[in-house]
Amino acid sequence: MDEHHIIEISCEHVIQEISNYIDGEITPELRSRIEEHIRGCRHCAAVLDGTTNTLRLIADGRAFDGLFDLPPGFSERLRQRLATHPESA
Amino acid sequence: MGLSHDDCMRTTATTPNQREADLIARIKAGERDLFYELIQPYQRTVYAAAFSVLGNASDAEDAAQEAFLKALTHLGQFRAEAKFSTWLVQITLNEARLRIRKDRKGLYSSIDEGGQDDDGEYFPIDYADWRDIPSETLQRKELKEALQRALASLKPIYREVLVLRDIEHLSISETATALDITEASVKTRLLRARLMMRDALAPGFDGSWSVGSPTYKKVRPF
Repeated sequence: MDEHHIIEISCEHVIQEISNYIDGEITPELRSRIEEHIRGCRHCAAVLDGTTNTLRLIADGRAFDGLFDLPPGFSERLRQRLATHPESA
Repeated sequence: MGLSHDDCMRTTATTPNQREADLIARIKAGERDLFYELIQPYQRTVYAAAFSVLGNASDAEDAAQEAFLKALTHLGQFRAEAKFSTWLVQITLNEARLRIRKDRKGLYSSIDEGGQDDDGEYFPIDYADWRDIPSETLQRKELKEALQRALASLKPIYREVLVLRDIEHLSISETATALDITEASVKTRLLRARLMMRDALAPGFDGSWSVGSPTYKKVRPF
């Protein structure tokens, strides 16, 4: 038997591990099995590429158009509240 | 009152973690006016955590500010078993959830149901592969709106983990601590959240957001 033989895994198994694969949270052996599967499976390859692209978008500060930026005046209002908070004596 | 010149000279020679621990010790000892310096780097993360639960800027600001006040009140209970920033996020998530339970009981029942749906399988939709994303595409109004819609469409348990992990870049361990769930649950929810975001965005990338076919293609060969 070929010592480099890689045991095949299902699409379902690959999809369940896609996120861990992207984060590097899997063993080298499972990584090899996933990569072997993806080379021959357009569906899983599309899911991997699409999910990776999604994460690129999410991580790009421009994509959410300031949705998570602090509202104007947030810090000043916070400082004022802290200054008058009883625990700030 | 802020840090004195001597304090700054002393603290710049220490690591950020040591400087933070020093600040916490001084605040606990009575120098409460140093609290803003302690929390200043974490304002955005705390606000984002509140937003991930509440979904709008006004409520998120209220919850975030209240969380900072509670953190000041309860700083004496912080034992450095987790990072200070993670402890802050924990307080914020609790505060945000408390507001939902008080103000919108019934509308967000999934929050109270904890890990519901965690174990259910989710299989992504068969969209054709994406092309590379051109830089100018990121500026497209439709894309930004689609991203925000996709994020808003997630159930809170998925939106929270996505915001903490993929937008605020907490580690899996920190995310688990902040949400008071296991690392395995973080990974499960993150998988679901990422796939749902991908499914919400994928049609545009094969159609209206890029040059090419106006419709997306099925690629699954069976």
